[in-house]
Amino acid sequence: MSVSASPSQPVSLLGGFTPELFAAHLAGVAHLPAWWLDRKRAAYERFASLPLPKRTDEAWRFATLTGLTLDGYVRPAAVPAGRLGHVPVGVAKSGRLVFANNRLVAREQVAAALAERGVVFGTIQEALRTHGDLVKAHLLAQPSPLGSEKFTALHTALLEDGAFIYVPRGVELPAPLAIYHYAQGAQSAVFPHTLVIAEEGSSATVVDCFRSADAQRHFACGQNDLHAGHGARLTYVAAQTWSRETLSFQFNSTIARRDAAVQSLNLHLGGRQSRHESHSQLQAPGAHTEMLGLTVAHGTQEFDQRTLQIHQAPNTSSNLLYKNALLDQSKTIFSGLIVVDPDAQKTDAYQGNRNLMLSDDAEANSLPGLEIQANDVRCTHGATSSRIDPEQEFYLRTRGIRQADADELLTFGFFEEVLSKLASEPLHDAFRDLIKAKFRAAPRPADHQH
Amino acid sequence: MSQLDIKDLHVSIGEKAIVKGLTLTVRSGEVHAIMGPNGTGKSTLAKAVAGHPSYTITSGDVLLDGRSILVMEPDERARAGLFLAFQYPSEIPGVSIANFLRAAVQARMGEGEELDAAAYYKRLYSKMDLLKMDRKFTSRAINDGFSGGEKKRCEILQMAMLEPKFALMDETDSGLDIDALRIVADGVNALRSTNLGVLMITHYQRLLGYIVPDHVHVMWDGRIVKSGDKSLALELEAKGYDWVKTELVPA
Repeated sequence: MSVSASPSQPVSLLGGFTPELFAAHLAGVAHLPAWWLDRKRAAYERFASLPLPKRTDEAWRFATLTGLTLDGYVRPAAVPAGRLGHVPVGVAKSGRLVFANNRLVAREQVAAALAERGVVFGTIQEALRTHGDLVKAHLLAQPSPLGSEKFTALHTALLEDGAFIYVPRGVELPAPLAIYHYAQGAQSAVFPHTLVIAEEGSSATVVDCFRSADAQRHFACGQNDLHAGHGARLTYVAAQTWSRETLSFQFNSTIARRDAAVQSLNLHLGGRQSRHESHSQLQAPGAHTEMLGLTVAHGTQEFDQRTLQIHQAPNTSSNLLYKNALLDQSKTIFSGLIVVDPDAQKTDAYQGNRNLMLSDDAEANSLPGLEIQANDVRCTHGATSSRIDPEQEFYLRTRGIRQADADELLTFGFFEEVLSKLASEPLHDAFRDLIKAKFRAAPRPADHQH
Repeated sequence: MSQLDIKDLHVSIGEKAIVKGLTLTVRSGEVHAIMGPNGTGKSTLAKAVAGHPSYTITSGDVLLDGRSILVMEPDERARAGLFLAFQYPSEIPGVSIANFLRAAVQARMGEGEELDAAAYYKRLYSKMDLLKMDRKFTSRAINDGFSGGEKKRCEILQMAMLEPKFALMDETDSGLDIDALRIVADGVNALRSTNLGVLMITHYQRLLGYIVPDHVHVMWDGRIVKSGDKSLALELEAKGYDWVKTELVPA
């Protein structure tokens, strides 16, 4: 199929991501090994030839397809040093990387003692030079089975730089590594990436923050690749606070090897329309993944979450809990699938989606699913939508707490089941504060006080 | 000196009339007990006065220091000085007692006024000591997985922290073993003062052995049919509710 379609069509397929933009991108990337250039070219071809999602695509059921237009986005200019109003997340950390418009703008290295033990906390651009084989083996190396192949191809094609984290065998990081990805300027298109390789018996916590430096319309198409080796313990938490005009895609690919434990928590607050896909592969016995999600949807925001837990080996366990609070005319979609391969006996898998409806005009869609090919497994799933319990609300109000405050307490109570799974108290508090800030910024529901 | 006046109160749930013309005055420093069999409208009275949205007041009035509270939202009534100790307190997972009580204390403060956290915790811990509650309690979610005794102690703790003018205590003794009952009663007795009026709702005389009332009222079919001093509770215990039915209720 030809990439340069008829003149009446190309806008819908490519939007602003024209061959000229791709060429300019390639010209602007400092280090481009042949294998990476080949992959990028192939990815761009795939992006350009694949159609946009259609109404009949099961993987896009309930999604607002008219919101997915790619028109008008541009390759953003570099952000001058010191021009970013960066505010750290407020958690003690082992190191920090700040990207703005796809380029590194600030960094705080890990302690020399960690670097001496082989810990690498740097950029993908650097790692392509210093750890080329590792990058080649792990960067965007997994399939994209959840419906967004066009957009993951675009991510591969236009990925310029991102975070590269390598934790060698047996090394435990004492504090989280923090990464910030900013978008700035009208129509800016950003392609954040975080690649984490945690080797055998290592442990690390990574905090990924997705932010807009202004209230402009942005396009964000990011991915994180998480690889947990034998017995590794990896915690990945992400806070998405893009501008309310942003179209966001965020893809996750997690590999858990023997006895590895991966916990991920994605907090979704920003964006106009945000799609999150999480693909988790439990590849060897004893592997465990915990996938957590929290969403606060205001106004006309749409959050679309698609998950896949694949159990490929016996004695693996996974636990997924996505909780959404919906206000105003917002919309959420949760579609989850647990797949158990034929020889993955003794699989223990859970998938839960809970929606708290704080408005009669909001819409929560839930599509849980199981596909089990082994016979000795325990797989359960559940999806519920509920409102504020009037008895609980009354109880709080009889203590003098105003209705809006009572509802906020109850909403935080609803989230606490997820937040309390974070072992780090400062992270727990930082995430609570982010949610609180969103409630404060949004108009509160009518409070019937005199 | 405060006064709570319940005047010819009629309360319905849906179409069904439950409280059918009840009049009662409680003053600061007094402890009143309302006794009566199940289904006679005692709990409905308490919830209606506290402002539960499912209960409709069809006529009559409730005045706090001469001002009707019926136009007030439940939280306004609470801030005006009313407290309801629930028979079945709600379980609220994910909301810690510390955060909850803090919000309740904060709600009573003026705009822009900051809570003194150190003073708050000092006061909270002293009240918990009084109720023999472990300090770990504050980090637990409200009533989530609590025993019956823990729930009732938690109610009294809230009452101690919020210092109401009037407390409506709905079957505070239900579900308590004798040790828990003693702790709860000691807690209430410690809060008894000239600034607090108490309306205790109970099915059994047992509680009144621990919290001695100044006035006892017998409730039957939505009305008070007899009032007296603490000896009325003993008489009722001795004669049973059949006595109320045959002797006190007008045919």
